[in-house]
Amino acid sequence: MSRTRQLLKRTIPVLAGTAAAALLLAGCGGASVNQAAAAGSSDTPCGTVNVALNAWVGYTANAAVYSYVAQNKLGCTVVQKDLSEQISWQGFGSGEVDVILENWGHADLTKQYITDQKVAVDAGPTGNEGHIGWYVPPWMVQKYPDILDSKNLNKYASLFATSESGGKGQVLDGDPAFVTNDEALVKNLGLDYKVVFSGSEAALIQSFRTAEKNKTPLLGYFYEPQWFLSEVPLKKVSLPAYTPGCDADAEKVACDYPDYKLNKVMAKKFADSGSPAAKLLKAFSWTNADQNSVATDIQGGMKPDAAAKKWVDAHPDVVAAWLK
Amino acid sequence: MSTLVRDRAPVQTGLVSVRPPRKRLSRRTLLLGGAGVVWLVGFLFLHGTSTLTLPASELTDLHRSLNQFNAWVASNRADNPVFQYVFTPFRSAVDSVANLFASTFAASSTGLRLPEIGWLGTVGLLSWIAFAVGNARVGLLTAAAFTFFGLQGLFTEAAYTFALVLTAVLFSLLIGIPLGVLSGISGRVSQVITPVLDFMQILPTFVYLAPLALIFLIGPASAVIATVIYAVPPLIRLTAHGIRNIPENTREASDSLGTTGLQRLLTLQLPLARRTIVMGINQSTMAALSMVTIAALIAAPGLGQVVVRALQSLDVGTAVNAGLSIVLLAIVLDRVTTAASRRAEPGAARKRRISRRSRYILLAVSLVVVLVMVQLSRTMLWAAAFPKNLNFGPDIVSGVGAASEWLQTNLSLFTVSFREALTNGILNPFQSLLTETPFYLLVAVVLVAAYALGGWKLALVTASCLAAIIYLGLWSDAMVTLASTLVATAVVMVLGIIFGVAMGRSNKVDQIMRPMLDAGQTMPAFVYLVPFLGLFGATRFTAIVAGIIYAAPVAIKITADGIAAISPTVMEAAVSSGSTPWQVITKVQLPMARKSLALAANQGLIYVLAMVVVGALVGAGGLGYDVVAGFVQSSLFGKGLAAGLAIVFLGILLDRMTQAAAADPVRKIRSARSSAH
Repeated sequence: MSRTRQLLKRTIPVLAGTAAAALLLAGCGGASVNQAAAAGSSDTPCGTVNVALNAWVGYTANAAVYSYVAQNKLGCTVVQKDLSEQISWQGFGSGEVDVILENWGHADLTKQYITDQKVAVDAGPTGNEGHIGWYVPPWMVQKYPDILDSKNLNKYASLFATSESGGKGQVLDGDPAFVTNDEALVKNLGLDYKVVFSGSEAALIQSFRTAEKNKTPLLGYFYEPQWFLSEVPLKKVSLPAYTPGCDADAEKVACDYPDYKLNKVMAKKFADSGSPAAKLLKAFSWTNADQNSVATDIQGGMKPDAAAKKWVDAHPDVVAAWLK
Repeated sequence: MSTLVRDRAPVQTGLVSVRPPRKRLSRRTLLLGGAGVVWLVGFLFLHGTSTLTLPASELTDLHRSLNQFNAWVASNRADNPVFQYVFTPFRSAVDSVANLFASTFAASSTGLRLPEIGWLGTVGLLSWIAFAVGNARVGLLTAAAFTFFGLQGLFTEAAYTFALVLTAVLFSLLIGIPLGVLSGISGRVSQVITPVLDFMQILPTFVYLAPLALIFLIGPASAVIATVIYAVPPLIRLTAHGIRNIPENTREASDSLGTTGLQRLLTLQLPLARRTIVMGINQSTMAALSMVTIAALIAAPGLGQVVVRALQSLDVGTAVNAGLSIVLLAIVLDRVTTAASRRAEPGAARKRRISRRSRYILLAVSLVVVLVMVQLSRTMLWAAAFPKNLNFGPDIVSGVGAASEWLQTNLSLFTVSFREALTNGILNPFQSLLTETPFYLLVAVVLVAAYALGGWKLALVTASCLAAIIYLGLWSDAMVTLASTLVATAVVMVLGIIFGVAMGRSNKVDQIMRPMLDAGQTMPAFVYLVPFLGLFGATRFTAIVAGIIYAAPVAIKITADGIAAISPTVMEAAVSSGSTPWQVITKVQLPMARKSLALAANQGLIYVLAMVVVGALVGAGGLGYDVVAGFVQSSLFGKGLAAGLAIVFLGILLDRMTQAAAADPVRKIRSARSSAH
């Protein structure tokens, strides 16, 4: 019994302390600096916007500029969440995500979340046009002029072999979460290659940079808009032409990627809330060059927020049009 | 999955008499050697046939039907009664608890998104709690660590992580203690629960993120549920262990006084098991921290998000800064719960330096101070949000970033050629030996080995595991994973023997090494990846290195304990007969610690396997990649789920086989089981 008493004696002060703290919290709930400040700025009806942050710099550029404008011109609170593409969509249902700023196709997810579940709505194009494909560093094109045709790739397979590709040529992909048909392409085009994942955009860029600098062979997945292409103008390999529907079955794809009209997506609840941030999202639109300039700044070591400010300050008309 | 309990449980080494080796050699070695020869010969003639390779983009019908399940859940979530009345309310309940803690310590969802208790109040309150449940030292440690998070510019992130850990531990207590008590009292419950716990601990953390996100959607609620699944097994095990291990005569004495079952539980069993239970809370907390970081992948806020972002942008500086916070948080949680378990020790009260009364006075006085701090942090902006001008995070980030840049440019020639040599020289040949042997041959070889090690019973278990892997359609990927796992385990064992022998032979080495190993074990798996990613790029090699670092501390500790447990008389006899230290090590110590070595190999394998999926984030192929891809690409969902299960079967297979190898050939499987759990 004495032990129980001892236990009680030890827990009582802890409990008492917690209770006192709770009381204190309840007692001065109204006076908190958090709420006081909120009350002061209550003329902005914006509230909190949850922005999914996918892992490539182009997306980061979109998110940075959107967040900057929403925060500084509309007084919203923006919360950015690092999520992979498809996981972000799941967030529309749970309320974790309000905004996706650069969506690459995803017909299946569009059907699932916009058409069937009706938890998300299309917020219109970003103005950017996206291309995905296989690229080689420019030096290779000079040395092997016919390499840009996918039919000739098998001829060069041994050139691209690495310790990771099991004796075949290597196709270097990015993050496994990115939109990719490369595994299926390799198989269905009968290529003597193996897809190896580098894990991220940053790793892809580093690999291409090294390949061009040291004149080593590299074949990799890459995409536009992309700031890096102005540093090293990678050359795109032509795959069999895209025809509508040729990529319907993910296992049987044997054609190039489509041209993506990149768009924005937002949660239905957010769209219906009448938040000015939702209006801003619908109006948000810019060019590939705009995105690349912000992305280059971010990549050069600028904080995304600062890079966004620089662009916004330089383009007052565009921003004014968004806010109209 | 990291079986945190096991490595702290006492290792049964004792005195295993060295039996005459000849008899054992003949049977086991003959079978094993024969199997090996058949394998090599078969590989020479048949390699490349019947490899059951499934290209990465292709699915089997099983995978497709799992995909359909995914689609079905997605479309029926809104109006299926199971979701309406069970999953969704459960999710909101967990969510509201998580939100309560998050808005208390990290950020509220309204106003300026400041927490209910600002940084100053949080530092004060948590330090005071640490002081109250532990001692003044851990109280100070808590204060220092949480202030340091602020200086790193990561206070909000750390507070989010802390809040989620708190929520998860709370739920773990709610579930774990009753289950642990039940399984401690009743042998039948224990028989049912133990295999489930085994399964939960072999399941790689990543595997249940996708199904959980499917059912509970992404966000803090799913993160907490995933964390509880990961963190609760050690608590259940240790609670049950504590209750079961109460001395028989104490229990009898209490029974003879006529106590009822409930009385006995409340007055005898729970109080006596208190220390073990608090140890369970400690283990559970550490596991929770490591999982909460990984749960960033399903939108859990906190430090994990920073690490994920850093991994994606190869930003070593940011990753190290965030990793430092995670390690510090781990140390704080570990020390505070350890101090609490010391305090819970019977008789601890007598040893204290200050009297209970002065301690109470001290507690009361400091509580008043803390309450003032809390009040300040609610009303003053400087005490609510950590002052921005005290943020040294960017300096740490750029400093470490520059250092790693320098290392990468100057060491890359060395690291790359080292990596290439090992990959081409060892990993690739071994991997092709496993992947290019016809599957039926490899199955036969493994079955013969299983029979040699553990008899028919083990052969049967092995056969079912292999059949399951084949049925899941992932044989070839499983072999890729197996190759990396075995290579990593081999290195782990080499490290285990070198450092384990050094530690077992010298107390001084032990004293220096042990805290380092402890620190290594409390570090969540995610943190290892980044520096190696910087040095070696995203390859299988990097994943293997991460696995080695994760698993080596366990193997070293078990080996050291085994060597140290050898009776001094035996050692003296060996030394006095004129053996050199080398002879003593190879002829006496290692053979006598054979059981510990096998146990070390067992734990090493399980730990390496735990890192397989996390390693896939930095370039490991095989099953780990399938799991990661299934998680992020819905068309591969089914395949990812199947790959997760395949990892479990691979884990069970390796676990049982190494345990059998650890056991005496005569009294085979039984003793192995009892010593490893």
